[in-house]
Amino acid sequence: MSMFKIFDTAATGMSAQSLRLNLVASNMANGDTVSSSLDQTYRARQPVFRAMLDQANADAPAIGVKMAGVVESQSPLIKEFSPDHPLADEEGYIFRPNVNMVEEMANMMSASRSYQSNVEVASAAKQLLLATLRMGQ
Amino acid sequence: MNFDDAFGIHPRALMLRSQRAEVIAGNLANADTPGYKARDFDFHKVLNQEIQGSVRVRTTNQRHIQPDTGPIPATQMLYRTPMQPSLDGNTVDTEQEHTAFSANAIEYQASLGFLNGKISGLRKAIRGD
Repeated sequence: MSMFKIFDTAATGMSAQSLRLNLVASNMANGDTVSSSLDQTYRARQPVFRAMLDQANADAPAIGVKMAGVVESQSPLIKEFSPDHPLADEEGYIFRPNVNMVEEMANMMSASRSYQSNVEVASAAKQLLLATLRMGQ
Repeated sequence: MNFDDAFGIHPRALMLRSQRAEVIAGNLANADTPGYKARDFDFHKVLNQEIQGSVRVRTTNQRHIQPDTGPIPATQMLYRTPMQPSLDGNTVDTEQEHTAFSANAIEYQASLGFLNGKISGLRKAIRGD
């Protein structure tokens, strides 16, 4: 019965969105992590989603989603002159991550809305399936 | 009398509805996937095609059964025309997919209701009371 595949598809959507939420949490938690060199500084991470086309034939109706990878933001880090900071380098600079809090908040809302819509799909499919099981009673 | 005929169009309609729900679930799961194109099929057209042009296997015995209708043919799986295409090439409109999913769910329940009616009618006829 093909109705069962909806649960798999919705589950892939939910896990992808929860990974995205995880990355948002990581970015926001590390928003103020300063360091003393460019390459040691945390960079904002973003997920890359991909449709699961390789696992099924091209005609398959339900296509799940998976995380193809995580990319680090290429926007410049913030260099701040603060000679009193314990992590300051020889020239007195510290480096702040390129996390944009406003962007992360919007990202978080978008991820949680997408997660909710997948949950709704799964619960609607569950109701339909239960009604089908009661057929003829 | 054959039970396949007794239920009429409704078992096939129910199968197609569940396949359509699956397609829309895939669209919703990929709402944030770059380059994903939302898909759907014309329910009316596919159902008509299945009724008229479906492959009927010749049966030589009363107990032979017709094969299951397979997946939706690739020629019927179409792409949605985006109303507001996004920069990353994704054409899923979440609101549109949501309404399509709930409308499809209601129609599924309608088909289920028809089937239940047929079953209770048959049961009444069998019991004869």
